[in-house]
Amino acid sequence: MTNSEKNRLKDKAFQVFGVFCTFIGLVVLAIFLIDIVIEGIARIDWDFLTSLPSRRAASAGILTAWAGTIWILILSALIAFPLGIAAGVYLEEYAKKTKLSNFLEINIANLAGVPSIIYGLLGLELFVRFMKLGGSLLAGALTLSLLILPIIIVTTREAIRAVPRTIRDGSFALGASKWQTVWYQVLPSSFGGILTGVILALSRAVGEAAPLIVIGALAYVPFVPSSPMDEFTVLPIQIFNWTSRPQAAFLTNAAAAIIILLLITFLLNGVAVYLRHRQQKKIKW
Amino acid sequence: MKKPSKLEAINLDAYYGDFHALKSINVAMEEKAVTAFIGPSGCGKSTFLRTFNRMNDYIDGFRIDGQILLDGRDIYANDVQVDELRKEVGMVFQKPNPFPKSIFENVVYGLRIQGIKDKKILQETCEKSLRQAAIWDEVKDKLDKSALALSGGQQQRLCIARALAIQPSVILMDEPASALDPISSAKIEELIYELKKDYTIVIVTHNMQQAGRVSDYTAFFYMGELVEYAKTKTMFTSPHDTRTQNYITGRFG
Ligand SMILES: Nc1ncnc2c1ncn2[C@@H]1O[C@H](COP(=O)(O)OP(=O)(O)OP(=O)(O)O)[C@@H](O)[C@H]1O
Ligand SMILES: [Mg+2]
Repeated sequence: MTNSEKNRLKDKAFQVFGVFCTFIGLVVLAIFLIDIVIEGIARIDWDFLTSLPSRRAASAGILTAWAGTIWILILSALIAFPLGIAAGVYLEEYAKKTKLSNFLEINIANLAGVPSIIYGLLGLELFVRFMKLGGSLLAGALTLSLLILPIIIVTTREAIRAVPRTIRDGSFALGASKWQTVWYQVLPSSFGGILTGVILALSRAVGEAAPLIVIGALAYVPFVPSSPMDEFTVLPIQIFNWTSRPQAAFLTNAAAAIIILLLITFLLNGVAVYLRHRQQKKIKW
Repeated sequence: MKKPSKLEAINLDAYYGDFHALKSINVAMEEKAVTAFIGPSGCGKSTFLRTFNRMNDYIDGFRIDGQILLDGRDIYANDVQVDELRKEVGMVFQKPNPFPKSIFENVVYGLRIQGIKDKKILQETCEKSLRQAAIWDEVKDKLDKSALALSGGQQQRLCIARALAIQPSVILMDEPASALDPISSAKIEELIYELKKDYTIVIVTHNMQQAGRVSDYTAFFYMGELVEYAKTKTMFTSPHDTRTQNYITGRFG
């Protein structure tokens, strides 16, 4: 075998190996999904979606869980969205390159990597105990907002940075202030990107159970929350609770609830992909 | 008879951090005339041009010594509002940079940020500015269409219209035609010729023929220094400095 033949063989071998690695992840995921769907799909019906939790698996539903998840989703969005964008805009457009801004930047990147249970502990101390919010929706949403804030800040900055310098210059040259330039040029042009980031961050928050359990969200909530101060549960906690029961019927319930949770996540991701796509089509620099 | 000077630089030094970009520049520019800045790449033409509307203010580490006078007033004085200055001194950039908005919104942007909402004023200004920039006939039927759909040359004239809409008295142009095809480029030159009846124009260009055609005065810069400043005709026929001569005849740069 000549050298170049050997090289070609190596090339081929690596290709096969690469394809194998790519598929291994997908296959495992697919098997998991199929398993869940087979197990749970028959359990999903109107009653399952609209019933309160129960000790009897057959009559238990996920009404309080998905209502709690939607509540948490909306509250977290309302809290984290303005905070994250404001922080991102500040860091990208206003902050001078000082030691302080460097320090802030590094720490925001670090925060994105902190395990979610730590945020739960922070939320417990700060919101539940210090601010006396108890195990309420608001305390949960605030905790999750902290969790996703770094992600939103980072994606906001990336979206803002993608707006060309020349657009800002054009605006300044016409007498616009920094704020006007941000408001009329930078934000409209980067809004799609920012929204995409926010939605992806929210879809992460939707799947969290650990920090909410830490702040005291309950597995069994016999009513649908009607205000941010109410106690609550969310789908991941409900799923966690059901999977830890010995009876097989509860496992079926858990599988069905997982399907609903996945649907919500896929829906969010779909919206994000759609927004990004539309943004790319609309604005070509 | 000598017209009064509109813009003046007095002992101007400019620095990017430690880098000395402009070295004691003294120059006075005549009102309603076209002054061209020429010189090899990196000699400080853009830096100098951008001191006239203080666009360098946003660059970390940039500072100047000396004075820039507009109608005899120091524009770097403490009581000068930058947004007021920029209403007086408009700017057109090398690369056409229309906003990702409609043609109409591009032209009236400068008015909108001044808080002008009156539909009639906006429409009138839009038409007048587009006519002045010699692009009205090409876009009058699609004012609500995106400005990004225009050709490069049209975009540049739109950017000129946008600058005219806030009624400045000075227009700074940094290589306004260098990114354009020859026909669009010729249109911009014609436009400059028209505009100098009402405006004081300062233009940076790398194109000697262009400088020769459009400008009344030419300033030659070399490594941050103003080497020579004279009537364009004089400079192009009998330059004083050998560096100027070498540059104009294309021996370097
Ligand atoms: N933001 C900046 N930070 C540091 N140095 C800069 C900056 N902008 C320009 N300079 C330096 O200042 C000098 C003059 O730059 P300037 O852009 O004014 O040149 P120019 O004459 O316009 O060149 P060109 O013909 O290529 O546009 C160059 O040496 C450049 O490297
Ligand atoms: Mg330049």
